[in-house]
Amino acid sequence: MNKAFLQIGFHHQWVASAIRFVGLFVLALVFFALILLVFGKNPLRAYADIFSATLGSAYGFSEVAVKMIPLILTALAVALPSRIWLINVGGEGQLFIGALFATWGAVNFTNLPVWLLLPWIGILGFIGGGLWGAISGYLRVRGWASETISTLLMNYVAILLVNFFVFGPWKDPESANYPQSAPFPDAAILPSFFGTRIHLGIVLAIVGLILFHFVLSRTRWGLEMRAIGVNQEAARRNGISTNRYIILLMLIGGGAAGVAGMGEVSAIHGQLRPSLSPGLGYTGFLISWMAGGHPIGIVAAAFLLSVITAGGDILQMTHRIPAAGVHILMALILFVVLARPAGKKGGK
Amino acid sequence: MSPIPLLTLRGITKSFPGVLANNHVDLDIYGGEVHALLGENGAGKSTLMKILYGFYRPDSGEVRLNDQPIHIQSPHDARQFRIGMVFQDFIQVPALTVAENITLFLPTLPFVLDHVSIIKRIEEVSGRYGLKVNPHAYVWQLSVGERQKVEVLKLLLADARVLIFDEPTRSLAPHEIEGLFQVFANLKRDGYALVFITHKMKEVLACADRITVLRHGKVAGTLKGSEANERSLIALMFGRQIEESPGRPSEKQSDGRKPLLELKGITTQTEGMAWGLKDIHLTIKPGEIVGVAGVSGNGQKELGDVVLGLEKCAAGVKYLHGEEATAWSVARIRASGVAFIPEDPLGMAAFPWLSVQENMAMANPRMYSKQGGLSMDWQAVRSDLQASLERLGFNIPPYYVPLGILSGGNIQRMILAREMAHHPKLIIAFYPTRGLDVQSANSARKVLTSSRDQGAGILLISEDLGELFSLSDRLVVMFQGRIVGTSTPQQVSINEVGYLMTGSKGETKQSE
Repeated sequence: MNKAFLQIGFHHQWVASAIRFVGLFVLALVFFALILLVFGKNPLRAYADIFSATLGSAYGFSEVAVKMIPLILTALAVALPSRIWLINVGGEGQLFIGALFATWGAVNFTNLPVWLLLPWIGILGFIGGGLWGAISGYLRVRGWASETISTLLMNYVAILLVNFFVFGPWKDPESANYPQSAPFPDAAILPSFFGTRIHLGIVLAIVGLILFHFVLSRTRWGLEMRAIGVNQEAARRNGISTNRYIILLMLIGGGAAGVAGMGEVSAIHGQLRPSLSPGLGYTGFLISWMAGGHPIGIVAAAFLLSVITAGGDILQMTHRIPAAGVHILMALILFVVLARPAGKKGGK
Repeated sequence: MSPIPLLTLRGITKSFPGVLANNHVDLDIYGGEVHALLGENGAGKSTLMKILYGFYRPDSGEVRLNDQPIHIQSPHDARQFRIGMVFQDFIQVPALTVAENITLFLPTLPFVLDHVSIIKRIEEVSGRYGLKVNPHAYVWQLSVGERQKVEVLKLLLADARVLIFDEPTRSLAPHEIEGLFQVFANLKRDGYALVFITHKMKEVLACADRITVLRHGKVAGTLKGSEANERSLIALMFGRQIEESPGRPSEKQSDGRKPLLELKGITTQTEGMAWGLKDIHLTIKPGEIVGVAGVSGNGQKELGDVVLGLEKCAAGVKYLHGEEATAWSVARIRASGVAFIPEDPLGMAAFPWLSVQENMAMANPRMYSKQGGLSMDWQAVRSDLQASLERLGFNIPPYYVPLGILSGGNIQRMILAREMAHHPKLIIAFYPTRGLDVQSANSARKVLTSSRDQGAGILLISEDLGELFSLSDRLVVMFQGRIVGTSTPQQVSINEVGYLMTGSKGETKQSE
């Protein structure tokens, strides 16, 4: 009887949160429609255009998938540490440092064969982002700074570091003074599929999601992480080293964001530029919290936000709505996401 | 005594899924009386009082105030009817002063606060009832006993007439308990109605004018305090004789054996309000229970944490099983056969949102993992848990439900079973029976004595002197982070220990 009761409860809860999610999303759309109306635009036309440009064609759809790749990875960078209540706001910086490391590998090891160079820059991306995240983990363990603050502040440092290199020592002399690195050799470009821009990164993102789910639900490490998440005091008394997990999860999370940076710089840009990321790290944060750290939820939320960003480009081109417009929509979604019932935390 | 009861409860029934917590309970509460509610854990005392304070609504039944029916829908309503409750966990803001905490609770807060007159009222009321606290002190600076006084003052200044105390003596030292009973007497004199929830017989007999015993949600009987005695109350509480708590220390001589634990000159850094340890020397041998007496907050928790490896030693050496273990990690110490029975299983040992079997695996996640951690051997976890539960004589719960949905007593049993599953060599027991009813407490004590008889060493930290005297082979008393006395239960009296615990023996010696 107990078991049946629990199952009903669980099912009910799942449906309720799905309804809530959709309801809040519709609410955000209605608000944004009002804003469009104020500016004399037809919201229905705008929404119809967004839909047809993104999901109405194979090309549009593939572009949505391209946008989802880094977002899933940066969402994982937030979701993993959030299991033990670490708040990683540093996905953006970790992504930049990952891209920086990958670029270093790509332009300095040009004579490596492709089967070696690609894993190499992948690993470098992971290490770069991972170290950047682990610094914040270390600061937290020593009790010197909260990881929320240090990850946030280190984003600026990371972006400025990248700027330093592309404006300075790494500037491509052949680039007519544009701040960008030398282009990647062909062997350092992640292959794309089916004539679209969907690149190998999608495999990494999916593997990341599966690993995330598997580690949490099946392994000893997942059990220990969940234990820390539920009751840190009891975990300590049972001999689980919380500090080790703090550094490790910040390292792996940062690494995931670093891999996202590697993917962007290698497959999309082909060279390091300051305009590497339109806030992918922050959007990943938003996705992780929308999804409550659930793998399927991460895919769904990443899809949703990719459609909106792609739609933003469309609105800009066809309706002459400035790019900031779509940021209003994202901010509205962030608001309704944060309007969870009191006491319910994001990582649950 | 007033002829009409201040509060009348008639036919109060309240059920939760699967439990009938209150079954047609009738209760009369008079002004100028201490009314004790006595019963085992889960007898329905707290539920009944939470109904009175508006936390729960009864399924049926009626509450009358001065013979007028009233509906209490919320704690706010209860306060309107001048009913107040002192909870086990005080609702106070540590960063604010006593006066500010009391002011926050006043029913009508003016826009501009008149601190002077509020402080005057606090001093007036606290002087009248023996509730001396410094209104300017910050709440975080106060002891548990003082914080309780603040709680009572809050209610008095907010004009409550009925004061409900939910296990108020739980974390008080013996002399503080006496002080509380004096406060009861003072309040009684002014016509306040006091309800005292407890499961401690001695305290009930010491202070109650009227005693209502609840059993399985029903009123088993109401007695006058003057007519009650321990035997009649036990008969009402349990409906049958229960066995006495397991008695005397072991006969075995453990002198010849190698010590399990040796602390030599352990000193720790002080953190916050607690006392750090100062130059602690302690030895525990196989087959003995070393009891640690002391008023809570005098370093006992730190002592246990040092043994567990949670607290770092600033000076001194620690040996475990004959090896130097000063720098061992918690995980290594636990794996070497050190079990930990916490005072507060939900806070310190259990993971409420993990399943029963996942909680069990936390005893040693490394041991239960396969392929180095890639998966867990749940089969082994379950069979170990089952074996341990059977050894202890506890019921077997469903393995897949979250531990948090079990009752408090069952959570405590699960933790006991988990800790005892691997036949620990050294057991650190923090207040192992605190808050347990008589039968659960007895089974917890039995676990300790039988482990002792099988050769385990036990560090027993407790405030219950009766328990310490009946279980310990040796006793140490802690005061302000030092061991101020070492003896055996045969060689000292409870009173002597009591004096050592409160530091008063030292003072009298100096003044002599």
